[in-house]
Amino acid sequence: MEINPLLITLKTSAVATVITFFAGIFLAYVVCNMKRGKSPVDAIIMLPLVLPPTVAGFFLLLVFGKRSAFGQFMLQFDITFVFTWKAAVIAAAVVALPLMYRTTRGAFEQLDPNIISAARTLGVSESKIFWRIVLPNERAGILAGTVLAFTRAAGEFGATIIFAGNVPGVTQTMSTAIYAAVQANDYDMAFKWAILWAILLATFSMVFIFAMNAVIKGRH
Amino acid sequence: MLAVEFSVCDEVFALFGASGCGKSMTLKCIAGIETPDEGRIVLNGRTLYDSERKINLPPQLRHAGYLFQNYALFPNMTVAENILFAAHGTPDEKLSRLRENLARFNLEGLEKVYPDKLSGGQAQRVAFARILSSHAEFLLLDEPLSALDNFLRRRLEPELAEVFKFYGVEILVSHDGGEVFRLANKVAVMNAGKVEAIGTAQEIFKRPPTLTAARLTGCRNISAARKISDDKFFAEDWGLTLTAQKIPDDLRFAGIREDSLSTDADENIFPFEVVRVVEDITAFDVFVRGEGAPLVWRTEKSQRKPKVGDEIFLRLPSEKIFLLNR
Repeated sequence: MEINPLLITLKTSAVATVITFFAGIFLAYVVCNMKRGKSPVDAIIMLPLVLPPTVAGFFLLLVFGKRSAFGQFMLQFDITFVFTWKAAVIAAAVVALPLMYRTTRGAFEQLDPNIISAARTLGVSESKIFWRIVLPNERAGILAGTVLAFTRAAGEFGATIIFAGNVPGVTQTMSTAIYAAVQANDYDMAFKWAILWAILLATFSMVFIFAMNAVIKGRH
Repeated sequence: MLAVEFSVCDEVFALFGASGCGKSMTLKCIAGIETPDEGRIVLNGRTLYDSERKINLPPQLRHAGYLFQNYALFPNMTVAENILFAAHGTPDEKLSRLRENLARFNLEGLEKVYPDKLSGGQAQRVAFARILSSHAEFLLLDEPLSALDNFLRRRLEPELAEVFKFYGVEILVSHDGGEVFRLANKVAVMNAGKVEAIGTAQEIFKRPPTLTAARLTGCRNISAARKISDDKFFAEDWGLTLTAQKIPDDLRFAGIREDSLSTDADENIFPFEVVRVVEDITAFDVFVRGEGAPLVWRTEKSQRKPKVGDEIFLRLPSEKIFLLNR
């Protein structure tokens, strides 16, 4: 059995999760502290979750494609996106971002605003407030957001197949491999992939639930 | 809508008002947690906020010691970490401040405890230790004792007074008359976003200058009123014509505390019918009806318990009636 789709999936979803982790936390913190204009920004970040993944993938194709201004610009540096591994990462990151963002924002909003105000009046700098108070107190929520983002990125299909394609050894992930196997009437192969994938993700979520409970309990 | 003006000088100043009157918002504006639309906030000659000169110091630079109603301890840090995190000075100074304040507030042995394992009284002492270790130059207290039960409240009030010694300016926000009277020197009565009256605690409680002040200080008998002659006015709700001195021309309300009613014989005596008797811990609250709405008369338990339906003569001593024009 060809192992490549598994490695590609793990690699793309890991990189995509790292990107969404930082982008999601950053956006959540920024939006939480916005005084006005919260709703439109929120709506834009949540768009990839609302749109069908194929539509999101098509928009990515338009934005990053060689005919767009951005695509043209990047072409000058010999950088292309469509049907490359980068595209698989971007597709996974974009569809996973709303989950990371929304979960983290929910966690931030749970934090008693008086605690932040108290730190401010006591002279604690904004960055110290974020790193030493906001993050440690909301790590369970952030962890939950990260896991949701990772599983969403790992299972990504629609946007990936449109934007990154299904190039074996390059952009063929588990999901697109299963799709290709079914298309080729190779049910044996599809079954093996599906079982392997199900076991891996189930194990992962199990480990996560235990880790999560340990984090919540282990505070003291 | 919030529009307030007051100055505080080396004293415990209370913003006294019902919930929603804007007193907490005022405190937050002083600390820099909220930004007013316009105005000026100056502390000891240091401008914290001035809308005209476009000055708006961040809370970090205002050096307010803000005591939150829920104490706002950092939940992810132990007692010692909470105090050290906001401590001021070099690492050595921070440690000595920590030790000093742990001792001062009787917190030794609790250094490694997390806030959710502390009692209300302990949490408040940690919050004070944290403020005293910080660079705070003045104190802002948001209902400091209202979250505590009566017993703890009485025990913590002396501790509060102890903390006050370290600061020149203390501003206290409260809706609790007892707390304000016991802790504050000067009181500003707030209503609907405005300061209605400012005076010493004694003045405000002895002769409440406004309707809000009368209600806040616990006056339970209040009636709409209008002047009839130089020494007579009509209390509309009670249906009584009463004698008093120095009645203002624009009289609108009259009030009398429930324990000021008496059974002595003198002026302003009326017959009342007892309509309800509520037995309190040390006294009876007797609801009596004359010509209109009932009044409350508080009488000690050593007296015979009045019965519903009894007719009694009560006096409203003219010197104890509050005559209010706003």
